Amino acid sequence: MSKKSFVSKNVENLKPSGIRRFFDVAAQMEDVISLGVGEPDFVTPWNFIEQSFHSLEQGYTSYTENAGMIELRKEISTYLHGNFQLDYDPAEQVIVTVGASQAIDLALRAVVEPGDEVIVVEPSFVAYVPTVSLAGGTPVTIQAEADNEFKLTAEAIEEAVTPRTKAIMLCNPNNPTGTFLTKEELEPIAEVIEKYDLVALSDEIYAELTYDASYTSFPSLAGMKERTILISGFSKAFAMTGWRLGYAAGPPDLIAAMVKIHQYTMMCAPTMAQHAALEAMKNGRPSVRDMFESYKQRRNFIVTSLNEMGLDCPNPGGAFYAFPSIKATGLSSAEFAEQLLHEEQVAVVPGDVFGESGEGYIRCSYATSLKQLDKAMDRMKRFVESRTPKR
Amino acid sequence: MTPLKETEIQVLKIIEKNANLGVAKIAKMMGRSEKEIQQVIYDLEDKKAILGYSTLIDWAKVVEHEEVTAMVDVKVTPARGVGFDKVAERIYRFPEVKAVYLMSGAYDLSVTVNGKTMMDIGKFISEKLSALDSVLSTTTHFVLKRYKHDGFILEDDDEDDKRIVVSP
Repeated sequence: MSKKSFVSKNVENLKPSGIRRFFDVAAQMEDVISLGVGEPDFVTPWNFIEQSFHSLEQGYTSYTENAGMIELRKEISTYLHGNFQLDYDPAEQVIVTVGASQAIDLALRAVVEPGDEVIVVEPSFVAYVPTVSLAGGTPVTIQAEADNEFKLTAEAIEEAVTPRTKAIMLCNPNNPTGTFLTKEELEPIAEVIEKYDLVALSDEIYAELTYDASYTSFPSLAGMKERTILISGFSKAFAMTGWRLGYAAGPPDLIAAMVKIHQYTMMCAPTMAQHAALEAMKNGRPSVRDMFESYKQRRNFIVTSLNEMGLDCPNPGGAFYAFPSIKATGLSSAEFAEQLLHEEQVAVVPGDVFGESGEGYIRCSYATSLKQLDKAMDRMKRFVESRTPKR
Repeated sequence: MTPLKETEIQVLKIIEKNANLGVAKIAKMMGRSEKEIQQVIYDLEDKKAILGYSTLIDWAKVVEHEEVTAMVDVKVTPARGVGFDKVAERIYRFPEVKAVYLMSGAYDLSVTVNGKTMMDIGKFISEKLSALDSVLSTTTHFVLKRYKHDGFILEDDDEDDKRIVVSP
């Protein structure tokens, strides 16, 4: 008798992450320069770490309130007000989560009914589609157009909306493209969302890392606060990925629903991480500023270098990713990434793992020291020259 | 002093951390032309905002190298009209002296002195520094080990990248 699988159909049907497969190959190799890392190269600023030590010494080793320490929620509320002109009541409208990843999961589970459709804009962060499925929803992907610098348009949303559409996942600035949407570009999107009475799940984890224009938080747009769950966290701008600390802010009923799931599945975010985050909110500004400057310099460096070697790369307005076209080489994204890794030991992520419109592109993270970036660009240039006909 | 331009300050911040980048790379990092950045650097040199370019070396790594450093707390009598400046100048002109700062607190000048041996430094302090008329007293502290210098940690074994190679 053949052994039957105990794994649920829902999980079995999830596609394995394309990033994972690539990681396994790269991890085995020597002398690899990785531009495949979606996290800061900076170690968490020392004062955050030290505050966490201190909290442990003081004996803060127990659970916190389900929604997170009220002091931290107050600081987050103040921060959102100061930086993005948003007003959220820390007692009822903010939840501290285990990374923005958990906030995404909670938000989807709080909102989605079986059979509801959730629009995901690709190329996108690899977790959106699977988390929609796990929440019992049906992911409906739309493709942001390369010709439009991968900017989402209101028309594209309108084409995808059906009577079953419940929500839309937004990510600005975007991982993997680095695309940044201005207030003027967001407004028509907000109008469509209101027109079809959708919930917006706005992943703004890279909001602090926008380089050329001021940032507009999605819920600050007219009519959006009542229907948006803002998702963010400490991983990127505060260099705290391993601490696993994020948060969400939104309408009281939705946040209460998220807290309900959270209290049964997680209890609370790690206490020592919450203490580090408290310090990050209170005294983190200078460190965030320094890291920002450094990312901006590296962005300029990598974008100029990529264009110089003949890979067309528009200037990404935010995050820490460049998303150049590799079409000039005649290779597919996967071929490019695999051959580059084997011949020059540079790891990049093939664009198609982020969605079909990412085919023909690669994601290069510039969260890597300038020295490494410089070396990587030299190696990549040699590779590109070997693949393109002499002009 | 005229205030510096934003570009000038950015260049200073970049080369303060790494003076070895070269104009081409700095230009790329700032999204400017090489010519423009070269001019900015020349201007900063003319304004003496950039005083020079030195390399931070961990001489402890060089077995052949003999060097001792002492920090000397110096009490002095300031001179009428010029305060501490004149006596500071008398001190910083000596090539053995690497740094001189006017301090608040228990003494007046903090003087950093380098020499090949402790004997050399002792000789310099007793024969040159203490012998100056305006110097009232000196207290000498020898450096035993350098852990961090000018923002750089000397024995940092922890610098390797601890991140996983590819992540979403």
